[in-house]
Amino acid sequence: MITPYFVIIPLFAAFLIALIARKKENIAAGIALIVGIILCIMSIYSFVLLSGNEGAIYYHFSNWKAPITISLVLDYLSSFMLIIISVISLIAIFYSLQYLNHYTGKWQFFALFMLMITGMNGVALTGDFFNLFVFIEISLFSAYSLVAFGCEAEELEAAFKYAIVGAISSTLILFSVGILYSITSSLNMADVGRLLLNEKSKVIYLVYGMMIVGFGLKSALVPFHAWLPDAHPSAPAPISSMLSGVLIKVLGIYALIRVFFNVFGAPQIFLQIILILGIISMVVGGLMSLMQWDIKRLLGFSTVSQVGYIFLGIGLGTPLGILGAIFHLLNHSIFKALLFMNAGAVEYALDTRDMKQMGGLSKKLPITSTTSMIGSLSISGIPPFNGFFSKLIIIIACIQAGHPIYAGWAILISIITLAYYLKMQRFTFYGKQNFKKIFEKVPFTLKTSMIILAGLCVISSVLIIPGIKEVTLDKVTEVILDKTKYIEYIKPLILGGR
Amino acid sequence: MNEEKGMTIIVKTITRFTVWLIFLYGLYIIIHGHLTPGGGFAGGVIISLSFVHLTLAYGKDFFLKRHKISTLHNIEAGGALAFVIIGILGIAWTGSFLANFISTGKLFTLKSAGVIPLLNIAIGAKAGTALYLVFYYLVTHRSFIQKSESEGEIK
Repeated sequence: MITPYFVIIPLFAAFLIALIARKKENIAAGIALIVGIILCIMSIYSFVLLSGNEGAIYYHFSNWKAPITISLVLDYLSSFMLIIISVISLIAIFYSLQYLNHYTGKWQFFALFMLMITGMNGVALTGDFFNLFVFIEISLFSAYSLVAFGCEAEELEAAFKYAIVGAISSTLILFSVGILYSITSSLNMADVGRLLLNEKSKVIYLVYGMMIVGFGLKSALVPFHAWLPDAHPSAPAPISSMLSGVLIKVLGIYALIRVFFNVFGAPQIFLQIILILGIISMVVGGLMSLMQWDIKRLLGFSTVSQVGYIFLGIGLGTPLGILGAIFHLLNHSIFKALLFMNAGAVEYALDTRDMKQMGGLSKKLPITSTTSMIGSLSISGIPPFNGFFSKLIIIIACIQAGHPIYAGWAILISIITLAYYLKMQRFTFYGKQNFKKIFEKVPFTLKTSMIILAGLCVISSVLIIPGIKEVTLDKVTEVILDKTKYIEYIKPLILGGR
Repeated sequence: MNEEKGMTIIVKTITRFTVWLIFLYGLYIIIHGHLTPGGGFAGGVIISLSFVHLTLAYGKDFFLKRHKISTLHNIEAGGALAFVIIGILGIAWTGSFLANFISTGKLFTLKSAGVIPLLNIAIGAKAGTALYLVFYYLVTHRSFIQKSESEGEIK
């Protein structure tokens, strides 16, 4: 049973680094890298393992039975998220090896990074509402500290803002879990889902509202997005790519999908709210990006816009919409991680984030420039890169579901996306040179990580080819759309029967 | 004892009487965590308060002369690591994380509840030292900022 080790290994590594590697920073980096590789292999193996286990593996803590104990549920959706977390985090750890040359206290960085992975893996696996809250807090607390890692005034302010917003959203989630517990007397997600089938109480709408706001704050949907353009750019580049690429997806989008589709059975009111908020995020994020001159802030607003696309796909509620949403989720984590790493490399070389002080970098930093171009083309939806296919699926799904206007908005924002990424390319890598000199060359691990991610931007397009799609993305879509299977597992395990 | 640092002689004398009581009460709460209200975290907080009490009364150098701050860091990380190791031993013995693998003993006696007292001790070590370290860093960081401000480095 490999399920609990996704949480145990990074947790153990975090405190091991704190215990033995405080003076020896190379050991801290080595432990983090080894853990990254192990988790990467384990997560890919877990996806393979599921096909022999009817698509789900359950694990119960301390040998107690299900509704009483905390259970971990590994199904295709969890496994898919674990793969995204571990691949991006492995590349981010590799990137940090040399990126952190400018920083002190490397062991703290890696220990906090391991804790963040612990929290995210826990969120992806847990089958228990209170445990979900605890793991969200573990990853968020490490994220707050990592955003403030540089200890500059701006970074501390961003981390403080992030912490306040995070605390508000966590409070809402905790309240809604409390209300659910008062209705059903259970915290196990599958058990809550089973008991809610016969529940007619109106108070459930309060739970829906709190959860949408709580998880919406974490995934930066538009009325709740104000913290993201501050917090994500302030962090060191590998952390920005983890936050924008993975954290908001696991804590916000994955948790919303798991709770609303598998436990609450995809209520219509939720889908409509998410659909509207998704379109608003898409538009507002895109327009705000156009106006930015700070390269990482532009990427931050771009995340808001792309999250809008994912929610548009989810809100449609059709199999094709969900397929597009999860494919875009995967693609966005790849190219947004790449783009943040590009911005980090430029910042490393020039020590500025202002695009007005860049220009003409394509000759000085050829690898950064090329990979950044691939990332920009992917996110703008240019074939043959992965972003094209996921956006196309979402747009087709909109038309199929009878919402041609939404499809029109998606196309329009796709053009705006292309516009602001061309602006970024023009002012950063092409055009007139506005900087005096390059302070430092981009080191080896930064270049390698960017090349790997740029390769993934092309390679992940194959997931949509018929034949491969059926054994990968379709399996994940089935888990989301199957409203009964997640609940079914609890029935043989119920103690006594209530 | 340096008479000039810390608070007045009255506070110092009272502290000498009370700090042991607070410390022992914290230990009691941790060890009896499975029998009475409280447990590892609550007891750890009380233990860290006894250190805070000493630091307030005698000044921040008093504690550092006798104990290295790196020892506290080691205890903190060691406590957390011990918790995970006890959990992993559960897998090794019974196949499930954090499962009980030692004798459950007699009900309502000190030696009961299996691994829970051990976990309480691990949490107590972690929470007690971590909270004192937070306090310590806030205190030292504050004097650092004041020093820099008086020298005009930070505006």
